[in-house]
Amino acid sequence: MAERPSIAVCPACVAIPTDLIKSAGEARSNQSRRIELSLPTIHCAACISGVETGLGKLPEIEGARVNLTRKRVAITVKDVPGIETYLIDLLTSWGYPAKELDSAALDQEMVDKAGRDLLARLAVAGFAMMNVMLLSFSVWGGAEGATREMMHWISALIALPTVAFSGVPFFKNAWTALKVGRLNMDVPISLALILASGVSLLETFEGGDHAYFDAALSLTFFLLLGRYLDHRTRSAARSAAVELAALEVHRAERISADGSRETVPMDALREGDMIAVAAGSRIPVDGVVTEGRSELDPSMLTGETMPEAVEPGTSVIAGMLNLTGALVVKAEGLGEDTLLQQITRLVESAEASKNKYTSLAEKAAAIYAPLVHILSAAAFLFWGFYSGDWRLAVNIAAAVLIITCPCALGLAVPAVLTAASGRLFRNGVLLKEGVALERLAEVDTVVFDKGGTLTTGKPQLMNGASISVQDMAVAIAMAQGSVHPMSKAIGAFGKAAGIAPAMLKDIVEEPGMGTRADLNGQEVRLGRAVWCGVESHDVAQSASWLRIGQGAAIVLLFEDIMRAETSETIAALLAEGLDVQILSGDAPKPVQSAAEKLGVDTWIAEATPADKVAVLKRLADEGHKVLMVGDGLNDAAALAGAYVSISLASAVDASRVSADMILVSDDLSQVSKSLRLAQVAKRRILENFSIAAIYNLIAVPIALLGFATPLIAALAMSGSSITVSLNAMRLGRKS
Amino acid sequence: MNILAFLIPISLGLGGVGLLAFFWMMRNNQYDDPDGNANRILSERYDKSPDGEA
Repeated sequence: MAERPSIAVCPACVAIPTDLIKSAGEARSNQSRRIELSLPTIHCAACISGVETGLGKLPEIEGARVNLTRKRVAITVKDVPGIETYLIDLLTSWGYPAKELDSAALDQEMVDKAGRDLLARLAVAGFAMMNVMLLSFSVWGGAEGATREMMHWISALIALPTVAFSGVPFFKNAWTALKVGRLNMDVPISLALILASGVSLLETFEGGDHAYFDAALSLTFFLLLGRYLDHRTRSAARSAAVELAALEVHRAERISADGSRETVPMDALREGDMIAVAAGSRIPVDGVVTEGRSELDPSMLTGETMPEAVEPGTSVIAGMLNLTGALVVKAEGLGEDTLLQQITRLVESAEASKNKYTSLAEKAAAIYAPLVHILSAAAFLFWGFYSGDWRLAVNIAAAVLIITCPCALGLAVPAVLTAASGRLFRNGVLLKEGVALERLAEVDTVVFDKGGTLTTGKPQLMNGASISVQDMAVAIAMAQGSVHPMSKAIGAFGKAAGIAPAMLKDIVEEPGMGTRADLNGQEVRLGRAVWCGVESHDVAQSASWLRIGQGAAIVLLFEDIMRAETSETIAALLAEGLDVQILSGDAPKPVQSAAEKLGVDTWIAEATPADKVAVLKRLADEGHKVLMVGDGLNDAAALAGAYVSISLASAVDASRVSADMILVSDDLSQVSKSLRLAQVAKRRILENFSIAAIYNLIAVPIALLGFATPLIAALAMSGSSITVSLNAMRLGRKS
Repeated sequence: MNILAFLIPISLGLGGVGLLAFFWMMRNNQYDDPDGNANRILSERYDKSPDGEA
């Protein structure tokens, strides 16, 4: 466990002048508030007690509760401004990197009402099914006369209210479909439920042999189970999507005319507002720099990892990360005009032009629903006219409907998807929508973005080994404490090479230029060429310079290197016979060298977001099913338009929102593994359909001929449902 | 067969108790953090609000 700083007084409270708290209102300072933080790394009992006891010691905190399943902590805290940031820093320093979640977005999914509703109905159906089944055993075992009638009556008393309560989700859906003149899976289900209950009630009144109450109930139970599994997969995905959307909390610091600063939500900003952007935070709006110098990291927007220098007069784009100096930005484009909005529009149009995918379950229902109705109606008419006994005819029609019950069909897809998404989740892949897995199984082309996807998206020091240890030690010391990506790269190199930083005095960071320090009376400079007195040079790649005293400047070269697992992943995809392509916004040279290194033949460089969409559209028109893997804002539209898409956890909001799957672990090798899992999952679904079909092929003729008894119905139903679930569960095992 | 007059209501009643208990647990958020509950049992700290209230 990480070392803990002593907790004396909350610095956030100390930093804030007391009169400010008072002016905010006495009531407010006493009011408590609930915030939630995401803690992606907690995993054990020690983590839970570490976080809870640690937070419990703070005077501002009234209560903290970790939810290990969701990897979050809910905190009730006194309403002190800035408390979130303080808590995040504190938790991060304890070794639990924390992120703030937007409480407004979270409130909507706080209590999963629909899930609880389904679960309650499922529990009632399960209870009723068990009991009625027990009563039915005595009838199947040969109970006769008064005993059988009593069993039937008790069963009716349990079954009828249960079907009325637990069947509501099916009745509702069936009614909605019928109102617009369509058939869905719920129509035969509802009909079977109503017919089975109705016929059985009639038989009970008449003292007949067969009552299908147990069948009606197990039908309800198994179908609700499928429905509930389906809901759970979807709500897990939805809650993850909400969490991701909430991760970036949108606030900006506005400077009023009198110079005072206030933190306002993004949508309160107006054109012409002056916004302060501290080093280390993102530019909230498109605009022009009016004060300050700094460097901006545009990697999220363009895929380009090298920082751009900005000074008063430079235009900046929302989403860029401010690296070194504080800036004041005058908001210009807001709403419709920002780059972000343009990309959002592209995403929307890409989504709209995407063909609707018909899932396997929908395809099965389209064949199945009419077939069952025709069979059942035919049996009814045939037996009615043939025997003239309409009571028998209704009985047989009901038996056909019950036997062909789509129990197994209703479980076939949800059971597989639950097992598959559970395994994906353990592998660090988040599936946002079940059908995406079916689409993933059909993919024949994989298109990768380069910067941040194939590569790490962070520059690395390339020529560190050829620089003397003394000079490196100076550079490492200068780079310490800077958030600049190149400084971080120098620091990382130093750590890896085991070089201790030199002793420097008076380290000053000059925003937009570099760092200056004092080494035994000599001035040392690290930064841009101009900063180190280099007037002309022929270094084509991104570089920094180090100059000690009046000596010659030493060049430090940086490159965005491949992820460790990239080549292995690409090789695995190529080995499966997939067409792999690279589609990047970066310059041709680095893209070409990356493509050659990986053995990828097709690559496109300097692609704008619109180009990317067009390329994917062309591939789709040629009949290819494309998997797009990307991370940048410039990929968002392409991700939305692709047949199926995967985004990385480190990606920007827009990309994560438009992708179908997210690599939470940021491990690219999961792309090929997920692809294989998807293929297996699809095979399981088809197997399940076959199993259900085989059961029906055997049982339907029996029912049509009028030999079906409640016992046969119960056996066929439970048998097929259990086989299908077991077949699905094979997927969850470790392979 | 008179025994059925007792046994059936008793078995239904017991099942009903189980069903009610399940509803009670669901309403008290006891299914919200299964992983957490599995781990908390290992901790010596007294858990004063097992229903997950902060």
